[in-house]
Amino acid sequence: METPNLSYISQMSGGDKVFEQELLQILKLEFPKELKELKLNFKAKNFEKVTLDIHKIKHKIGLLGMADSLEFASKVEYDIKKGITEEYDDLLLILDRIAVYLSHKQLTLL
Amino acid sequence: MNCIVIDDDASARLIIKQMCKNTSIQILEDFSSAIEAIKYLNANEIDVIFLDIHMPTFSGFDFIKTLKNPPKIILTTSDKNFALQAFEFDCVVDYLVKPIELNRFTKSVEKLSKFTTKAVDVVTNKKQEESKFIYVNVDKRLVKLDIPKILLIEANGDYISIKTDGKSYIVHCTLKKIEEKLPSAIFLKVHRSYIINTLEIIDIEDNSVLIRKYVVPISRSKKAELMERLNLL
Repeated sequence: METPNLSYISQMSGGDKVFEQELLQILKLEFPKELKELKLNFKAKNFEKVTLDIHKIKHKIGLLGMADSLEFASKVEYDIKKGITEEYDDLLLILDRIAVYLSHKQLTLL
Repeated sequence: MNCIVIDDDASARLIIKQMCKNTSIQILEDFSSAIEAIKYLNANEIDVIFLDIHMPTFSGFDFIKTLKNPPKIILTTSDKNFALQAFEFDCVVDYLVKPIELNRFTKSVEKLSKFTTKAVDVVTNKKQEESKFIYVNVDKRLVKLDIPKILLIEANGDYISIKTDGKSYIVHCTLKKIEEKLPSAIFLKVHRSYIINTLEIIDIEDNSVLIRKYVVPISRSKKAELMERLNLL
């Protein structure tokens, strides 16, 4: 399984630490909320909202340098649109891993 | 280029703002929803919009359809499958897939610069083209006249007579009004009733000037100004 990393963010920042901190702060704040929303909507079988949630959260997967996981999230998004939910749990594993990574990430240590 | 960013994702907005640093693009505002942006666009002139396609309640495509005079738009999306639909809109210059790579963004900005330069050229050429002509009202018809082909204009009461090579047009207008519309480098008012095309002068004798077959009087006060314009030996 891919590991979240800051390679993309570092590349974008060009050494701008203020930008890096600001972006990480947004990720730390928004990602857990979006993941919680996704889980609730899946539990409620509101699959239309689930696909919107995955669409939004997958951008953050990309920001954390996880290209394969991003592709996988897109596949799950499209499968769920068609009513196929088999790989949802595998996506959750990835998302939970990112949540743990972000929760441990210290803003000042970037 | 003045620009706004519309994306419901704060991280996406921040990244675009970061990428625009050190480019010719100046981000004036960013919005988390297209509806918020509409109000801003009604009050401000914008060259470019970075627009997310996938937004709740009001998508990027819905937003474009509401714009009567859309500026250039660069679409941003996490989805590769909208490309064909995106380019159905004339205002869409490019389509960036998130997460946007810096090299790809730079290419997009270059593409944008080419588009805006072309647009400016078209407007400038059109203006230059328009300024070569003047439209005058003759017997309830608007007649297009080629300005360099006007030989002289003679005032006659509330009317003027515009003489070109072989034709004469009677127009309800003052000499002062038409003088304002003509290029002062070529046309000169040589008498209270005459404006002449100085490039068409054949000869000058005492207080009159010959323009093709027309003999036009010159006011004493205007003669010096006319003489200054001529390439005298």
